[in-house]
Amino acid sequence: MSTILVVTEIRDGEIKNINQQVYTAAKNIGKETNLSVTALLLGSNLAALAEIPGKYGIEQVVIIEDGKLEKYSPDCYAAAVSDAARQKDAAIILMGATNLGKDLMARTAFILDTTLAQDIIGYKIEDGQVIFVRPIYAGKVYAEVQLTSSPAMATIRPKAFSAEENPVKANVEKLSIDLPDPVVVVEEVIATTGGKLDVTEADIIISGGRGMKGPENWHLIEDLADAVGGATGCSRPVSDEGWRDHGEHIGQTGKTVSPTLYVACGISGAIQHLAGISSSKYIVAINKDPEAPIFKAADYGIIGDVFQVLPALTEEIKKLKSA
Amino acid sequence: MNIAVCIKQVPDTETKIKIGGDGKSIAEEGVKWIINPYDEFAIEESLKITEKEGGEVTIISLGPASIDKTIREALAMGAHKAIRVDAPSIPFDPTVTAKALAEVLKDSGYDLIFFGQRAIDSDHSQVPSMVAQALSLPCVPIVVKLEIEGDDATAYREIEGGDEKISFKLPAIVSAQRGLNIPRYRSLKGIMQAKKKEIEVRQISPSQEKIFVRKLEYPAEKVAGRIVGEGAEAVPELVRLLHDEAKVI
Repeated sequence: MSTILVVTEIRDGEIKNINQQVYTAAKNIGKETNLSVTALLLGSNLAALAEIPGKYGIEQVVIIEDGKLEKYSPDCYAAAVSDAARQKDAAIILMGATNLGKDLMARTAFILDTTLAQDIIGYKIEDGQVIFVRPIYAGKVYAEVQLTSSPAMATIRPKAFSAEENPVKANVEKLSIDLPDPVVVVEEVIATTGGKLDVTEADIIISGGRGMKGPENWHLIEDLADAVGGATGCSRPVSDEGWRDHGEHIGQTGKTVSPTLYVACGISGAIQHLAGISSSKYIVAINKDPEAPIFKAADYGIIGDVFQVLPALTEEIKKLKSA
Repeated sequence: MNIAVCIKQVPDTETKIKIGGDGKSIAEEGVKWIINPYDEFAIEESLKITEKEGGEVTIISLGPASIDKTIREALAMGAHKAIRVDAPSIPFDPTVTAKALAEVLKDSGYDLIFFGQRAIDSDHSQVPSMVAQALSLPCVPIVVKLEIEGDDATAYREIEGGDEKISFKLPAIVSAQRGLNIPRYRSLKGIMQAKKKEIEVRQISPSQEKIFVRKLEYPAEKVAGRIVGEGAEAVPELVRLLHDEAKVI
């Protein structure tokens, strides 16, 4: 029977939230298309992790354990995924649209001579066929795309779907595959942002623009982010100036984010920045210029000086949390 | 060192994107066409490498003759040669682009093949990885720093929450991320010289597109928000709204 194969990304020995969202999406697509769902785990020492897909309703788990898969190498992983897809008769292959996921799925699509809808935010089922919805032009438009080859492949944008627990007993199968020797080796991971929460995975983002005046003022942003348990982000001029790491840059030529709450501090709201935040559930803007375009995109705004408003906001939130 | 930089012509990011009459493509009137911003980082890095190590930078792009203007912008930055791979239009399906480029790049002797990490129109982020798969070359995407010594290369690649340091051997494929460098301006001299450089046209056997846009839609219109107040005094009300109304904190 054909299956929906969900490729699981394992990072630092953990299965991060994005995968749980993909498991749930796969389950729902499976219900509507009458396809089973199989979770695929690759790496080493997978026994404990193999229990996780079952929590999200996935009844079939396939694991490939091999020394060559201990660290991510694109060619080895792509060979493993495509082999598993063939062996398990995958009609659809899904994975989270992280940097690793996007690279791995593109290569797998090429090996399988099929095509890939990257970074989808939705889907429709018509006559048993899946139509994917993906943002283009950094989210200025949404495209419904049809895939005419099989398997249909898609990577799913973090937070586009929510994860739903639905515990079942999963059947775990080990696959052994002949793997090529890795050509690209990850030498070491240098954590530049100190292992902080990435903006694409955060529920709350506190973001700063030119209005913050300089990197020395970023403690105001960081304190607020700490108080709410969120990630820190920035606009393009801020990362271009080197005030903040490029990984925090949100916008059309940076990252696109979909948090529950986005707080724009001292950000004017250029269309390229708005393109990166348009999928946010709620946007708050703090800016001393009442004409700043950001206020048109915001759900709530405060016209004011960030140097006064931010500390007050941090205090108020701490009060709320301790109440 | 011989470096190939694959570029794509895209609409300027300032462009207000309008859905065309057929409901599945972008209206092209008034669009300003530019080199994909990420490709500029690739061009700049390649020029820096050849200025240091010697060699040539060749620009490669897939599309109809109308993209020559954009190819010349790349030549005006200082690239030495250009190849336009002829196609009736720039394809939406990234596998078509990847196969066409792979056909041209195969056995061509480039030490490094450079891309921008994604095109800002289609946002596929697939072509560099696919070309690497087609040519069996190492590929390091989303690179913020690159060091080359002979045929040993070290790249720093952006991942969630950090950067990965990756070592690999040339020939290889790399895709550029913002932060890699600051692209140079086109000098008047460069623009004049670019006019004289030849753009070689190559014909390839096109492959079939397997992914289609069947409909375009604007994202849902945002309901107008409101100004809660001014200055620090407005903060308690904002927090109340976020807690009670939006329920996000």
